[in-house]
Amino acid sequence: MSAAAAEHDRAECRGDDATHWPRVPVGLVTTLGVMAGGDNSIEVEGLVREFKKGPRAVDGIDLRVEPGEIYGFLGPNGAGKSTTVLMLTTLLPPTAGTARVAGFDVVKEGPSVRRTIGAALQEAALDPMLTGREHLRLQAALQGIARDERRAREQELLARVGLSEAADRKVKGYSGGMKRRLDLALALVHRPRVLFLDEPTTGLDPQSRSALWEEVGRLARDEGVTVFLTTQYLEEADVLADRVGIIHRGRIVAEGTPSALKADVGRSTVEAIPAEEDERARVAEILLRFGDPTQASPKGVAVQLANSNGSLADVVRALDEAKLAIANIQLHAPTLDDVFLAKTGTSLEGAAEDDEQDSDAE
Amino acid sequence: MTLLLNQIGRIAWRSVIRTARQPAAVIPPLTFPLMLMAVNSNGLRAATHLPGFPTKSFLDFFLPFSFIQGALFAATTAGTDLARDVDTGFLNRLALTPMRGAALLLGELGGAVALGALQAFVYLGVGLAFGVHFVTGIGGMATLLLLAILIALGWAAIGVLLALRAGSGEKVQSQFPLLFFLVFISSMNLPRNLIEVSWFRDLATINPVSYLIEGLRTLIIEGWNAQALALGFGVAILMVLGALGGASIALRQRMERT
Amino acid sequence: MNGRGLSVTLGLAHRQMTLLIKNPSLLFPPMLFPLMNFLAFAGGLSRLRHVPGFNYPGGYTAFQFVFVLLQSAAFGGVFMGFGIARDFENGFARRLLVAAPHRSGLIAGYWLGAVFRWSLVATMLTIVALIAGMPIGGSGVDIFGLYALALLVNLVGILWAAGIAMRFRTVQAGPLMQTPVFMLLFLAPVYVPLALLQGWIHTLASVNPYTLLLEEGRGLLAGTPLHTASAFLIAFGLVGFFLVWSLRGLRIAERAG
Ligand SMILES: Nc1ncnc2c1ncn2[C@@H]1O[C@H](COP(=O)(O)OP(=O)(O)OP(=O)(O)O)[C@@H](O)[C@H]1O
Ligand SMILES: [Mg+2]
Repeated sequence: MSAAAAEHDRAECRGDDATHWPRVPVGLVTTLGVMAGGDNSIEVEGLVREFKKGPRAVDGIDLRVEPGEIYGFLGPNGAGKSTTVLMLTTLLPPTAGTARVAGFDVVKEGPSVRRTIGAALQEAALDPMLTGREHLRLQAALQGIARDERRAREQELLARVGLSEAADRKVKGYSGGMKRRLDLALALVHRPRVLFLDEPTTGLDPQSRSALWEEVGRLARDEGVTVFLTTQYLEEADVLADRVGIIHRGRIVAEGTPSALKADVGRSTVEAIPAEEDERARVAEILLRFGDPTQASPKGVAVQLANSNGSLADVVRALDEAKLAIANIQLHAPTLDDVFLAKTGTSLEGAAEDDEQDSDAE
Repeated sequence: MTLLLNQIGRIAWRSVIRTARQPAAVIPPLTFPLMLMAVNSNGLRAATHLPGFPTKSFLDFFLPFSFIQGALFAATTAGTDLARDVDTGFLNRLALTPMRGAALLLGELGGAVALGALQAFVYLGVGLAFGVHFVTGIGGMATLLLLAILIALGWAAIGVLLALRAGSGEKVQSQFPLLFFLVFISSMNLPRNLIEVSWFRDLATINPVSYLIEGLRTLIIEGWNAQALALGFGVAILMVLGALGGASIALRQRMERT
Repeated sequence: MNGRGLSVTLGLAHRQMTLLIKNPSLLFPPMLFPLMNFLAFAGGLSRLRHVPGFNYPGGYTAFQFVFVLLQSAAFGGVFMGFGIARDFENGFARRLLVAAPHRSGLIAGYWLGAVFRWSLVATMLTIVALIAGMPIGGSGVDIFGLYALALLVNLVGILWAAGIAMRFRTVQAGPLMQTPVFMLLFLAPVYVPLALLQGWIHTLASVNPYTLLLEEGRGLLAGTPLHTASAFLIAFGLVGFFLVWSLRGLRIAERAG
């Protein structure tokens, strides 16, 4: 088979007009991104993915991500995060529903979608036998970056992810965190307008994690990149995302800005640890006047405040009046875990499917 | 077109680098056929005493087998490597670039064919050093190399096809013995008319690998036998076309992942 | 070996067997290769018995059966060496080293696994040979001797491969396990009797200890054993030598941690 015929085949299978896109001159591809930078949004309607012998991994989700927004997709193991990302990046055809990325349909206009997006998938897919620099070089060439621009881009990205020194070592000898950072650099080579990151910080130490947050924030702020990021860390969604979608068993159960979501759940908890073990029952009795019991640390008692029934000060006063000695008392503001709990009935930590065990680094 | 060539070049460059950095993947395909050649050309020398055996030197007779076996080894490597790419998701990474399917296939084949060509030169050189005599002279050697490289391309395409279908290195490894089996029940050790057991002779006759070997062999021991050459080149070209066609379908399905 | 040591050995052997049964891809290549060789050699080369000087009384099928049987035994051991190397690579072996009071019991466990696998291959080869009409000239004792000899070759194969596997502890060492065994097996009278070999291969085959095992195996099958005592002596000598080799490999692996 001739090269052209094979090319035609592949283009055709993606529903693409085989004659136009591959012929874009090399230099144009990079500038095009800036020129057409109008619409970087992601629009998803009724997206479904069923696996033959599996569950409905994604069960009808709708969402919209605005240009330049950081959207956090939060969910436990097996919730359907990666499946969604694969569909949005054209790597997996949806069973039903539509999705448009930067205005292009992921099924019908795959090549255009792929040209606009960058992705770092859950498993950092790297070749152990190549060095970091060689990876960047390969990626830059395949992305059609102009030859004279490649070297500068390579240096810049290596520096940005802190791999300049390790650049000439084989990936085989990289740590898990280094691989993830290289993966991010590879996703950025062609200055994508929409960036998909599937659990980018799993396996990173706290320092690398905040460096990555910083970088993602910068991309959205300074370069107007739209970021779709999945995570199982509440904190990450809270700190990084402009808006959060909580996914559970293939459905979005809550969506909004982190603060709105928390305000929606609305109720803080008070936890008190009595000074004397045997006074626990009496402490509990008093706390229960202010709200419903909820999970506490082994020695403590906790209630979720019913909104109207007073504040931390009232609780302290009531305990004081009863002459109860308290070792420690705390007010917990609502977290995204509370949101998750409120929407699904389980806490995020406990919600992972038992058959899932692949969430570790790489 | 230059973009496509550029991409093919990149993929081939990577497959060559990766192969070259795993000595364990280069040395056996290079040395094992030589070892077998040394052992068998001497161990089986007695066969030349059989009435009707076409040559006095078993090495002359046996040399073509090395090309087939070496190319098969190179194809195993190519197949395993590609399967690993499927397995690790590296293929997904490539699929997200504007790279085209043709570039991937031809690039991956490029690595295996480069290795196959290197092997072919080495085997030919070693053969000549140990006194292999070409009745067809220099022209025959060139034709032999051409056919050998075509065969390497064919095996490599089969390797790529298996890899895309199986998607895991272990499965590819376990399917390759079947290809070796094809090689073993051919006319590799004796001319077909000297094979005594009739079922074996029949199998060797319907086995396309026999014609590959005989096409190579005729250049060394017999002369310009048009029929044997036509069969050899014909089978090789069919193998290349068939496997490449299958591979591009498999690649399309892989990338669609429905 | 005390009770606990034995249970580690048996546990390991059991694991190897289930591993094999659940992964046909591990089982088939070792089965297919000897069968392939058998078909290719016995079927394709049978005319070689017409070469002047070919004087083996059992026929060409029997002549090749013994070679392939011993080959499958040796390579059965080598294949298990791959498994050991893989266990070291992915850390499973470390768990075994912790669990076993007498670590030499581990080698025994792997060997039992290898014997299990080889017995499947040997059974299959025997059935195919009988279907192909291979004549058996030897008595029951002779045939028992043939399989006993093959079992010793299997043991030598695994001891050798285990020694390499534990020294290198990576699957990359595979070719290093295989190649010398391959050379040893093929630098012998594979296709024709020793007397018909010429030149350097005759010289090498004459000093190769394996030649004697192979010829004796063929003698036993045809009922014309010649040097049974010396063949077994050599086999036991090889077992002893490679036992030390593999135990020292084990010590090296232990020190490497
Ligand atoms: N190729 C597949 N075939 C069958 N089932 C699949 C496949 N891929 C995913 N699934 C199933 O779909 C569901 C969602 O998987 P997905 O990988 O999207 O989860 P996730 O949210 O990314 O989880 P994690 O946090 O563990 O990465 C799971 O139940 C999983 O078992
Ligand atoms: Mg996932």
